[in-house]
Amino acid sequence: MKVKRTELTWWERLYLPTLLNGFKVTLRHFFSWNRSKVYGGKQKGYAAKTTMQYPEEKWDVPTGYRGAPYLVKDVDEKTKCVSCQLCEFVCPPKAIRITPPGDSGVVDREGAEKMPEEFEINMLRCIYCGFCQEVCPEEAIFLLKDYAINGESREELVYDKEKLLSLGGADRSAYNHHVQCGVYEGLKKWETKSREAGEQPAFH
Amino acid sequence: MPAKRTEPAVDTVTVKVDGRTVEVPRTTPNWQGKPEPTTVLQACRHAGIEIPHYCYHPKLPVAGNCRMCLVHVAMPGRPGPDGRPPTNEDGTPKVFPMQLPYETGTPRGVIGCATGIIPGMEIYASSPETRQMREAVLESLLINHPLDCPICDQAGECKLQEYSVEHGQTESRFAEVKVHKPKAVDLGPRITLDAERCVLCTRCIRFTADIARDDALGIVNRGSYNSISTYPGQPFDNNYTLNTVDLCPVGALTSDDFRFQMRVWFLKETKSLCTGCGTGCNTLIGSRENRMYRYEPRQNDGVNSYWMCDAGRLDYKWIGRDDRLARVRGPKGDTSWPSALREIAGRLANAKEGSVAIVASARQTNEELFLLKKLAKCFKALTDSVSRKGEADHLLVAEDRNPNTTGTQLIGIATKRVGSKLGTISKGIASGRITTLIVYGEDVTKHGIEAKLLGKIKTLIVSDILPNATTKKADFLLPGCAHAEKRGTFTNVKGRVQKFGKALEPPGDAIPEWEVLHELVHNVTGLDGFNSIEGLFNQMATEVKAFKAAGLEWASLGDDGADVNW
Repeated sequence: MKVKRTELTWWERLYLPTLLNGFKVTLRHFFSWNRSKVYGGKQKGYAAKTTMQYPEEKWDVPTGYRGAPYLVKDVDEKTKCVSCQLCEFVCPPKAIRITPPGDSGVVDREGAEKMPEEFEINMLRCIYCGFCQEVCPEEAIFLLKDYAINGESREELVYDKEKLLSLGGADRSAYNHHVQCGVYEGLKKWETKSREAGEQPAFH
Repeated sequence: MPAKRTEPAVDTVTVKVDGRTVEVPRTTPNWQGKPEPTTVLQACRHAGIEIPHYCYHPKLPVAGNCRMCLVHVAMPGRPGPDGRPPTNEDGTPKVFPMQLPYETGTPRGVIGCATGIIPGMEIYASSPETRQMREAVLESLLINHPLDCPICDQAGECKLQEYSVEHGQTESRFAEVKVHKPKAVDLGPRITLDAERCVLCTRCIRFTADIARDDALGIVNRGSYNSISTYPGQPFDNNYTLNTVDLCPVGALTSDDFRFQMRVWFLKETKSLCTGCGTGCNTLIGSRENRMYRYEPRQNDGVNSYWMCDAGRLDYKWIGRDDRLARVRGPKGDTSWPSALREIAGRLANAKEGSVAIVASARQTNEELFLLKKLAKCFKALTDSVSRKGEADHLLVAEDRNPNTTGTQLIGIATKRVGSKLGTISKGIASGRITTLIVYGEDVTKHGIEAKLLGKIKTLIVSDILPNATTKKADFLLPGCAHAEKRGTFTNVKGRVQKFGKALEPPGDAIPEWEVLHELVHNVTGLDGFNSIEGLFNQMATEVKAFKAAGLEWASLGDDGADVNW
């Protein structure tokens, strides 16, 4: 396929006007430190600067930003992941690797049957697509706001379960949301279930 | 699926399925193989339409209790006083859609699995009425279902999931509290029951009672508290319990061995055979990334129907053992395949007639035995294999615990009395007449040739999978492959030649035995052979008398295998 170049006009071919145009943009930014939309409001104390002092100063990413995927814990600081391996299945670059627990189940709380024995995310492979978060039936994996993932070796960048859980922290957003709405049912499915089961006549 | 129609004249009945006229056989074999009137469900299968069902299984007695296969049908009218069936105005026979007797105009369904077809019947397999019935039945089955697919081993091969996609609703209308039943119950040593997931199809009950003939399971409690249970104090531990896991259309019965091991959608399925006994049950190997996770029976009505025994099913762990032989070893330590084979060929070339003996294994494939026999002919070598016996049962387990004893006999490695020549071989070694012994896949120290005697042999060539007393003594140790790591054929006790495929890569240096033997036969005898398993099999089929008489061919073996007269 042949791409047809647009003919430059006489004005454009002069070169200097375009150069001056560029300078105009630079100078506009240079004299606009009070009007910064990106950093102005968020980074108090640096409001006047358009240049951010990275890495001393970290950019606070907007909500909805897709950073590194981490495992979150429930409100009791227990693992939420049940090792269903849907994220492993859906992961386009095959960055996620789960070792299922086997017959023992590897559980750390009452009422759970299955938790992952090992959960690894290769951060070098991850493309931050967010499919894992979207597919997770337990809301156990979220793309948080971390964008600067670095390490000194490839092995170091394969995050294991412990690291992912500590980086993810406890998921309080769902809890807070439910508390605000005054709904506690469904927040801890297993507790609701065992309470219901306890209230029913036992036939077994 | 209905049996192959081999007889040319089949008595057929004409019915209409979704407005299409279909001719279906009047009778179909039931679970015992006896002819019974073809049912609506089977007629629809003939028409290429699958009626959803849980409790119906072609090899189990019909129970008709899940109601999932409800379809709306129309029956031809009864003959009137004139002896003629009622007709429409245009002269075509009139049919009467079934309707509720107390609510005329409301369609009434019949269960497809237990309703026989009638000539002229019209089956509305995908009409709005039928679909509505299905949706209602499915909704009712899901009322007490815990919806714990993320932790359910059945997820991915679950009929509840499949039918929910096809006939289900997006949201539950059930606002009440679900009935909670026991979860993760140890039903037997190999089975875990989750009563909440059960749809009470009773397939497991019928299987254990009618096929395994161990009436161990039943339904207890009433109404929505119905659940599967063993009889109090009776364990569910017969040799066929794991078939109930395959039969269970949902995740109520799960295998302890496979429990939480791997999600089924990751598993690659390879058609294979069970090597536990001479029956040669057809299996599917489920593997992922070179690790085998499970065996599943594969349907073959000529051999194992849909079943396999627990002992055979769990007999795969040795394939992935850490101490598998993975290095080629020569007299001077580890070596490579070319140099080991060159050295072996050199030594064999100098061997005198009668100074070589071969102990083969009835766990080897027909192709390997065939090549060994070629090698044996070259030196007029004594050959034999080892017999393993156990107790036979009423269903699948054979007395012979080797998968390919018939093959060793047909190819001429062993005689009718397997293992009878081992004594002669051991005497030959003791007298110094036999100086070269080739052992394939057997620990001969356990079968009459003691370790002391092995020390007297000049050249001991051993090929095996796992280390044992014989491999320790070997001058040449050739690492071999498990059946899951190569292709080939076995001949079962009834003389059925069946092929199996390769699921895994062998560890380390190990390569399939037939490749090594092909090379050896070529180096020693100068005979050219086929270096593909297909060619080798076809060559064997022309040279081995019984195989030739049966007209075997690799391509025509198919997945089910072919019988040889024996």
